[in-house]
Amino acid sequence: MALAMGMVAGCGSQSTSSQGSSGDNGSTIKIGADLELTGGQASYGTSALKGIQLAAEEINNAGGINGKKIEIVQADDSSKPEESTRAAQKLISQDKVVAIIGTSTSTNTLAAVQVVQDKKIPMITPTATNAKVTVNNGKVNSYVFRACFIDPFQGSVMANFATQNLKAKTAVVYIDTSSDYSKGLAKSFEDTFKKNGGQILSEESYQQNDSDFKVVLTRIKERNPDVIYVPGYYNEVGKIVKQAREMGIKAPFMGGDGWDAPQLVDIAGKENLNNTFISNHYAADDPDPVIQKFVSAFKTKYGSAPDGFAVLGYDAMNMLADAIKRAGSADPSKIRDALEATKDFKAVTGTLTLDQNHDPIKAATILEFKDGKEVFKTKVNPQ
Amino acid sequence: MDYIIQQFINGISVGSIYALIALGYTMVYGIIKLINFAHGDVFMIGAFVSFYAVTLLHLGFIPSLLISMAACALVGVIIERTAYKPLRNASRIAVLITAIGVSFLLENGGIFAVGAQPKGFPELIHKTQYTIFGNVTIDSIQIMILAVTVILMILLQYIVHYTKIGKAMRAVSYDMEAARLMGINVDSTISATFAIGSALAAAAGVIFGMTYNSIDPLMGIIPGLKAFVAAVLGGIGIIPGALVGGLVLGVLETAVSSVGYSLWRDGVAFAILILILIFKPSGLFGKNVREKV
Repeated sequence: MALAMGMVAGCGSQSTSSQGSSGDNGSTIKIGADLELTGGQASYGTSALKGIQLAAEEINNAGGINGKKIEIVQADDSSKPEESTRAAQKLISQDKVVAIIGTSTSTNTLAAVQVVQDKKIPMITPTATNAKVTVNNGKVNSYVFRACFIDPFQGSVMANFATQNLKAKTAVVYIDTSSDYSKGLAKSFEDTFKKNGGQILSEESYQQNDSDFKVVLTRIKERNPDVIYVPGYYNEVGKIVKQAREMGIKAPFMGGDGWDAPQLVDIAGKENLNNTFISNHYAADDPDPVIQKFVSAFKTKYGSAPDGFAVLGYDAMNMLADAIKRAGSADPSKIRDALEATKDFKAVTGTLTLDQNHDPIKAATILEFKDGKEVFKTKVNPQ
Repeated sequence: MDYIIQQFINGISVGSIYALIALGYTMVYGIIKLINFAHGDVFMIGAFVSFYAVTLLHLGFIPSLLISMAACALVGVIIERTAYKPLRNASRIAVLITAIGVSFLLENGGIFAVGAQPKGFPELIHKTQYTIFGNVTIDSIQIMILAVTVILMILLQYIVHYTKIGKAMRAVSYDMEAARLMGINVDSTISATFAIGSALAAAAGVIFGMTYNSIDPLMGIIPGLKAFVAAVLGGIGIIPGALVGGLVLGVLETAVSSVGYSLWRDGVAFAILILILIFKPSGLFGKNVREKV
């Protein structure tokens, strides 16, 4: 009990001291990072944070923005929407950040949208791809921006790829019903695939943290589709692919950027991932010099290759820095106006311009897994 | 027809994991009337111990299984000695709440110790697919789980009914005070119960890791709850009931998913729990015994 009291007291004194220092905003610009640092989607958040920190370090080494250094204040949302809301509130009211980067998944970002709208603090999500993040009931969320393309684009890219490159006529869609991301990708995939003359044989569903998928996979095997689209996250997808291959399902699997995590290969097994394709934001083996420069800087700092989340974290930080520079001030509403005017910004994932919905217009990359490695397949530009 | 049989086999293989966890649950309840909510988390610890035994010490399946069972037996005894023994004479609800507390402690302690990200479990035994007839397949691990569960159940029945420690357990479950008067060491009997129950949970954890290739500190929650439903379904405290309850639950869940209602699967599991508690609270194998006043 005495220990608990001590901890409470400790917290109290800490928060007052941090408030004290934030009152003096003269030498640094505080930017919040509301990310999945623990929990089921921790791989995404930690990757994004590495990218953000690399970008901040480069900016600071080059003299900062308008003479001020960037300070990243991180907050963990434990991969839960309610924690993401709380983290955003803490960053704004306690740490007094001028802008937030986060979160890395759509569900958690959607939870924080109302907070930043109310407090009028601009937020850039590096990787949340659900359409609703920036546009709610036809109305643009004025303070929310993103650095990645959106689900309708990602889903339809994969549907076109299935029809044109894989010559698929039939597909089964297997959705994580606990995720807005998964549902968003699935819908646009289905729409485009049907428009291309394909047939959706059935739509199956699972939930986060499921571990046995054999029952539904047996159903899918019965239908014998040309392709199976699983727009989910790596933990479940890894198990699905492994169990499917063991049951003798040979059809190609396809997914989105949620597959992009090193753990996927451990869980699914290298050979089981052969003949699977995903849409992603970039490929580490893309010969583009901008990408290669970033990849080598990242490898020097962290000793590993950056995944899609790391590169988008990096892009989001640079987009924000660019906007602050153009705004000429660290005032949140001025940053917001500058962000809205982002045009032909040179990001690692491609040159981007924000459209009227605050969504970037840029290319998607399709990757194929070969013996556990992601191999650059093709780049698809928006129509 | 092939489809139905294949789904039935899927159901049995899911159900035998529930049954394996339920054996430990039901045993602890049978002896000291405690619903040990931390049981699912001991199952998680078992999976992690064998994961590290395999990846760090490069041991094979049998040695890593034995290490993990021994480690969890110890964990079980420590939990009992530190969390439940001081409450031996407290009300049942106080012990139940403590069990929930221990469960949270193990889950969050696990996140603190190994991180929250799922880890890929190495393939210890190569899976071989057998085609029984037509398109119906079964793999070596599915057969192994069912075999291990049945063997452990028989072994437990033997221990409880034919050994000295088993006799002591039954005496303690019948009347703790009278057992003490008869010279039975109640504390060591209860510790032995926890050691056996936790070792069973560890075995289930290792097998779960091998089957699904992904382990994380929160992996014990859902299987733990399902095993609880299975134990209640079979009649909590009755060892063969745990096996039957687990298999019935697995097959029912599979039936629900296989006709296209996979979202209703967990709902059905808990609906069964509610129906059992309303219509036959003592479970499928239970007799109606009035509580002593």
